[in-house]
Amino acid sequence: MNGPVALVAGREITTRLRSRAYLITTALLLAAVVAGGLVLHLAQGSSSAQVVGLTPQTASLAAPLEATAEAAGLDVSTRQVADDAAATAGVEDGSLDAALTGDLPAFTVVVEKDLDAQATTVLTGLRQQTALADAVTRLGGDPAQVSQEVAGATLDVHALNPEPARDGAQVVAGYVAGILLFLTLQTCAQMVAQGVVEEKSSRVVELLLATIRPWQLMVGKVLGIGVVGLVQVAVVVVGGVASASAFGLVDTSDIDLGASALWSLVFFVVGFVMYAFAVAALASLVSRQEDVGSVVGPMILFMVIPYVVGISIAPWDPDNPIVVALSYIPFCAPLVMPIRVALGTVDTWQVLVSLGLSLVLVPALVWLAARIYSNAVLRTGAKVRVRDALRAA
Amino acid sequence: MSDVPTLEIDHLDKSYGSVRALRDMTFDVHGGEIFGFVGSNGAGKTTTMRITLGVLAADAGEVRWDGRPVDLDVRRRIGYMPEERGLYPKMKVGEQLVYLARLHGMSTSEARAATEHWTELLGVAARRDDEVQKLSLGNQQRVQLAAALVTHPEILVLDEPFSGLDPVAVDVMSGVLRERAEAGVPVIFSSHQLELVERLCDRVGIIRDGTTVAVGTIDDLRTTPTQRWLVDGPPSGGGGGVDEGGGTGGADGDGERAPGWALALPGVTVVSTDGPRTVLELAPDAADGAEQAVLRAALDAGPVREFTRVRPSLVDLYRDVVAATGADDEPGDEGDASDHAAGGTGAAA
Repeated sequence: MNGPVALVAGREITTRLRSRAYLITTALLLAAVVAGGLVLHLAQGSSSAQVVGLTPQTASLAAPLEATAEAAGLDVSTRQVADDAAATAGVEDGSLDAALTGDLPAFTVVVEKDLDAQATTVLTGLRQQTALADAVTRLGGDPAQVSQEVAGATLDVHALNPEPARDGAQVVAGYVAGILLFLTLQTCAQMVAQGVVEEKSSRVVELLLATIRPWQLMVGKVLGIGVVGLVQVAVVVVGGVASASAFGLVDTSDIDLGASALWSLVFFVVGFVMYAFAVAALASLVSRQEDVGSVVGPMILFMVIPYVVGISIAPWDPDNPIVVALSYIPFCAPLVMPIRVALGTVDTWQVLVSLGLSLVLVPALVWLAARIYSNAVLRTGAKVRVRDALRAA
Repeated sequence: MSDVPTLEIDHLDKSYGSVRALRDMTFDVHGGEIFGFVGSNGAGKTTTMRITLGVLAADAGEVRWDGRPVDLDVRRRIGYMPEERGLYPKMKVGEQLVYLARLHGMSTSEARAATEHWTELLGVAARRDDEVQKLSLGNQQRVQLAAALVTHPEILVLDEPFSGLDPVAVDVMSGVLRERAEAGVPVIFSSHQLELVERLCDRVGIIRDGTTVAVGTIDDLRTTPTQRWLVDGPPSGGGGGVDEGGGTGGADGDGERAPGWALALPGVTVVSTDGPRTVLELAPDAADGAEQAVLRAALDAGPVREFTRVRPSLVDLYRDVVAATGADDEPGDEGDASDHAAGGTGAAA
């Protein structure tokens, strides 16, 4: 039925997928997300566990030490050594970061040079526990029961204006989504603009329009370049998700990686459709590649606004009113909403509302673009004014 | 003639702003006929063709094929070569032709076969895997013609197909057009190479200011109300004092023997003389065979080396029709503008 549209789209896809520039860009983007994942992974790995040696006299401290350390966010593992001499030797040769020697409750901490602040806090707490347990025992109580009750006492914080919860992985994902969508939407919009003008400047458009209708040519072109762009985004998103999972970057995060990836793809499609039709109409007004910038430039510049707001404000202040507003406004939403989704600070219904607001606009946009394009694409020479393109029959 | 499908250009009008490009443009082209479309720059040839192909809408009038208005379905069966050559510069020749053929509704295998056929016939088969931009202009032109032909068109509309071609390519192109016409296809092409048009076309349309001023077979157009004959033999003095050649060459003797032999003939006027060559015009009411009296009179005056009917060439007709009335400024301005544009790009290249 829509043979011509499919043929036009097919030509765009086959010629562009083979183009060297496209392959290189995709490979570079993919390499960037995988390399980024690797760097983050290595950065995490460098804060490796501290090994604390325990003698038979202090062995009973293993469980409370690990529990206290974990509560303080410190990664500590324990190792049994034969006696105090062996513990000191272990610290000297570096196989142990610290050792607990002497007799309980007044154990001694052996270290190479000094104890860092965090470890001092943890071990001080531990020392106070042993002192407390000793006192409880002497008073005829059960230290285990006391420590259990103490452990059960947690702080109840009532925040009047809580900061939305988000972690490092979510912030990184937000950045990646924002940058990726901006880059790909911009490149694809440029591809559409250049494709339209290429046909106009080489005059092949006259040959094509003797056979097919202008809207078929425009829709086929947008569709074809859209598929090409979507393949690029999908490759990068899948690469990013795969490397994040493989390097264990999201193990401790609250991020919903699947939802972030999916919404990024959906918003790419919506954003692409809107920008592509707008750009196709604008590009049809000029006849030479040199003039593309003058009509498409403002549109591309416009994309920078939601991008900069999304990238610079959203990760630190996801509920900032400007960020929230832009995430609903058509043309801006595709660049901002995926960042908010990655940060985990929006509900699904909010995403759907944003999507709906954009989609409502699409039919009118396509109609307008088709009208401008049909009237302008065969007029070569001087730049056609939008008003003339809209008016002419 | 009634069963031959005909492309009818019927009373087309088209204005660009205040410039009237076409007014009442009317002619038709029959299947199996080569129609030459001539006129000065800006006369409306390209506009007419673009309207035929539907890339431009007429303000009034209609184009019909086989009695029905030309719609998108018919247009897909027209082979078109636009004045502004147009192919994707970075696409391979073969792929490009297959793509265009498929846009016209052919299957992939049909399109491949047609591409092979036409690239071979037009001598660009070896360049099928090259990008169009790597070809010479002449070869690009052959590919452009192949693009018009790969779709097995029922109608051929070619805007300036011969411009910029070398003589061999002109022969190839002429042969192809002839062959297509013999297969029943109406072929319409525009050209400024009038000798070529005269040689190739069955019928010619001369246009000026967006309207046809003369349409017909070459013979029709060359038929004048009066007959002119050329005599290469005894010089005939007189002829209203246009005898510029009488005093030259060795014809003095002949001239003395029979001065003004032609002047004595009734119903005959001398149009011009050039030494031994005299052009005579018979009166419009001259009887059939009146030229025989002229020949006898000439033979009486001396030996005759050539006696032939003089017909105006297409160039003469064109000059009569276009140049003589070229006082109109409007089309001239338009033509000048495009000439400047062409000169500008030429200088830049």
